[in-house]
Amino acid sequence: MQRYSFVGGIHPDYSKEKTSSKKIEILSYEVGEVLTIPISQHLGAPSKELVKKKDIVNVGQKIASAGGAVSSNLHSPFNGEIEGISLAPHPIMGNIPSIKLRITDLNNEYKKIETKEKFQDTVAEAGIVGLGGATFPTHIKLSPPKKVEYLIINGAECEPFLTCDHRLMVEYTEEIILGAILIKEKLNINNLIVGIEDNKPDAIKSFEALKGKYLFELQILHTKYPQGGEKQLIYSTIGRTVPEGKLPLDVGVIVHNVGTCKAIYEAFTFGKPLYERVVTVTGAVKEPKNILVKIGTPISKLIDYCGGTVGDVKKIIIGGPMMGFAATSLDTPVTKGTSGVIVLRDEDLYDGKKSNCIRCGRCIEACPMGLVPAIMEQFSIQEMYEKLIDWHVVNCIECGCCSYVCPSRRPLVGYFKTAKRQVINILRQRAQK
Amino acid sequence: MLESVIVLGVAGSIAGAGLLIASKKFSMEKDPKVEKIVEILPSANCGGCGYPGCAALAEALVKGEALITACPVGGNVVAEKIANLLGIEFSSSVKKIAKVRCNGTKTNCEEKYIYDGPGDCNSITLLAGGIKKCTYGCVGGGSCVTACKFDAIHIGEGGIPIVDEEKCTACGMCVKACPRKLIEILPVDKHFVVTCRSMDKGADAKNFCKVACIACRLCEKNCPSDAITVENNLAYIHADKCTNCGKCEEVCPTKAINRF
Repeated sequence: MQRYSFVGGIHPDYSKEKTSSKKIEILSYEVGEVLTIPISQHLGAPSKELVKKKDIVNVGQKIASAGGAVSSNLHSPFNGEIEGISLAPHPIMGNIPSIKLRITDLNNEYKKIETKEKFQDTVAEAGIVGLGGATFPTHIKLSPPKKVEYLIINGAECEPFLTCDHRLMVEYTEEIILGAILIKEKLNINNLIVGIEDNKPDAIKSFEALKGKYLFELQILHTKYPQGGEKQLIYSTIGRTVPEGKLPLDVGVIVHNVGTCKAIYEAFTFGKPLYERVVTVTGAVKEPKNILVKIGTPISKLIDYCGGTVGDVKKIIIGGPMMGFAATSLDTPVTKGTSGVIVLRDEDLYDGKKSNCIRCGRCIEACPMGLVPAIMEQFSIQEMYEKLIDWHVVNCIECGCCSYVCPSRRPLVGYFKTAKRQVINILRQRAQK
Repeated sequence: MLESVIVLGVAGSIAGAGLLIASKKFSMEKDPKVEKIVEILPSANCGGCGYPGCAALAEALVKGEALITACPVGGNVVAEKIANLLGIEFSSSVKKIAKVRCNGTKTNCEEKYIYDGPGDCNSITLLAGGIKKCTYGCVGGGSCVTACKFDAIHIGEGGIPIVDEEKCTACGMCVKACPRKLIEILPVDKHFVVTCRSMDKGADAKNFCKVACIACRLCEKNCPSDAITVENNLAYIHADKCTNCGKCEEVCPTKAINRF
């Protein structure tokens, strides 16, 4: 049953109007530029590099292969020469070994990937990961051990500022639907649902135009953060709840981002590996834009392309403002999971004066997972992680709603991020015993 | 009046007799040694021995499950007393203290960002591999300070912890608290320690921190007693072989070996 929405959540200032009507532009490169491609751009084991210093590579050539079961391949975005492999900043982890590639020519014709017998292997070969931001290798999600009833395409894009998925849905509607239908047919799924938030009327219109041509259900969801969270989206569209510690698959659902669907379509039909993605560059830049960027481009180049920064920049966020990470260096490269680059000035940020918890309970109202952040925070500060197991901290999706609504500006979600990892460690140790 | 006295008296004596029988029948033999050992132990209940509190250690000692030197807090004095009580021979061991194997102060290793969030080390290490440029170094959150029950470790001016040799009892709680595994329990009389845990390659390590071990192997070559090995781009001084000659500190080009 459709519910259009979920319990909890927040209504932040979306600020999407700056880029929502701007067409995706293709970033231009010059010969001699150096791209930095981190060997870990996905969840799971880092990839193993296949190239060494002074190797010549072509567009689409595999430069690193999956380093384990949960891992993905990497492909060269340009014809070029490998300058070496050294440590470079990474948006989330500290310093990661990265392949430095110097562009030698701008030819755009890519080397097609080997098409494998199994659909999942082709997807794995193309190095496709979830492009919503979590970067979970897609081929694993596409190999369900049991029957899937619903395939949900995530077009919610609930993060403020970001419009990359929105533009993809407007400009590449057919590709997205074809990718989704491909998954549907290959996995023998009966129902295909596309979920879009109601603040994207033009995207909804383009999908409605295709309704007669392809068989899918379009669901228009309430605009609320985090509508695009996997568990929230499943509840909003089909009314099922994913139990604690379980995957959407356990309730017969798989969810894919619109960008991932497009990548799957391109990989399967044209043999194109994943080496570029759309990034929204917005905030305090002269001309906010949606840009098609090659993996490995430093974010400073993106900001320069948008006319540079405006005012006194205080913070640059990679990803969405709610769940993204602050950049530690302008040389940080764009990875497969980079959905946005947001430049913030002092006046865009909150004052940050932390005070004591006044027990108002707003965080409890806002939590989309039905947790009690106010109490969980106390246990986290005391490092009483055993106790936190009983308060279901592992259910936290780290959406940041609690920190957003807190009138005392307490960094609630920060505590839970730490607590979650500690609790998972404890549970793992218990399981070993 | 008389009735109530009789009723109460009879009830009282029946209950008393019941208690007397129960105490005889269900009595547990308690070793008097346990109580004596509890008195000897420091009763800090720190858990440094691995048992839940001093009483549990005392029981284990009497049963012969624990070593007489198990209490790191009490040290030699306590161990000797316990040995006398239990009639075991005792040979003294060297006092150990916690030593911090990082010298990445704010001047030596630059900070990457202004941190504004939960203050413990576990949280800081989650964001972009920690606040310092070096992803192996101390982040200065002070989780070890919170863990220490003896007020023996403090964050110094440079933003890294400094151990108070007098107060430190080598209980090892700070070792467990450090997410980077930078603290090690080492004998107090071996003065030279490699104050670096960076496993980055020499050039990278030097780039991130001025006093990083660059695995140049000079110390390994110059050590007269073969006490130093270099593995995973990092030198390590084996305390059992070290003779305190100080040659390694002299030759280290990055000052990554320090005297404690």
